Amino acid sequence: MSEHIVTKKQYGYVFAILLILTLTTTWASYFDLGKLNVVVALVIATIKATLVVLFFMHVYWSSKLNKIVVVSGVAWLALLLWLTLTDIVSRGWLPFPGK
Amino acid sequence: MANHSLALRHQFDDVVQQKDASTFGMWLFLTTEVLFFGGMFCCYTVYRSLYPAAFGVASNHLSLLWGGVSTAVLICSSFSMACAVNSGATGKKNAIVGYLAITILFAAAFLAIEMSEWHGLYQEGLMPGFNFTFHEGDARHVQLFYSLYFSMTGLHASHVTIGIGILLTMLVRAARGAFSAEYYTPIEISGLYWHFVDLVWIYLFPLYYLIARHVHQG
Repeated sequence: MSEHIVTKKQYGYVFAILLILTLTTTWASYFDLGKLNVVVALVIATIKATLVVLFFMHVYWSSKLNKIVVVSGVAWLALLLWLTLTDIVSRGWLPFPGK
Repeated sequence: MANHSLALRHQFDDVVQQKDASTFGMWLFLTTEVLFFGGMFCCYTVYRSLYPAAFGVASNHLSLLWGGVSTAVLICSSFSMACAVNSGATGKKNAIVGYLAITILFAAAFLAIEMSEWHGLYQEGLMPGFNFTFHEGDARHVQLFYSLYFSMTGLHASHVTIGIGILLTMLVRAARGAFSAEYYTPIEISGLYWHFVDLVWIYLFPLYYLIARHVHQG
């Protein structure tokens, strides 16, 4: 077999980090960071998601073709969010003070 | 090596190529799933930016404790799923069955918590379309929050339910000795699906349960 076998110990480390990050994001949500609250929550969620994709889902060890598929999924999602939000943000509908 | 040749379909050169093709196909499916959920996340993003106050009030009505517990339960299920894949790769049949059973139990626990949460919200009158009642301000947009909440957690829960069906099938096949260290691709692919379900919840948890916790604090 040419493929990489991930050990239970390696999975265990990822599992522990995921639980710690869940506690961290919950703890962080109690501090008033203004607009940064949502940024902190999404950054931690993205770190967790990246760990799951790379190690639980083996993308770290998988072929370039597979990596391209994963990146393309994220890219299309980014396009969906970005193009929609350019519309919403530029209409002056958002409840920002002074606008 | 009897399993080895039995498991190889004639259109593939070897088992490695066969496995790569399956993994590739599953990832293509998962990218369509990213966009399936992505449309709903986009909808959430738009309405949360338009009505942040109502979304904050509505979010703080959800139970942070049970949201956090169900997040931990799903992460545990992902870990035991990963262990099942490891047992597949090392050819340990009984371990595959055991880890899949643990994964299914965690998945069932997750659904049980979620159903009890939904039931609680229904009784509070927070289920849109079922005598929705809310008296603390912007009820119309609080209702919008809950419409999105039930749609997105509902779509996620349907994935969990389908996942339990897939894992049960894998459990039966593993118990009948269908897998070996040379051929455990279905376990690996089911693992990808299961981790994806976990992945969606990793974003649902902060966006629904955490966004306005600081508002009550101070």
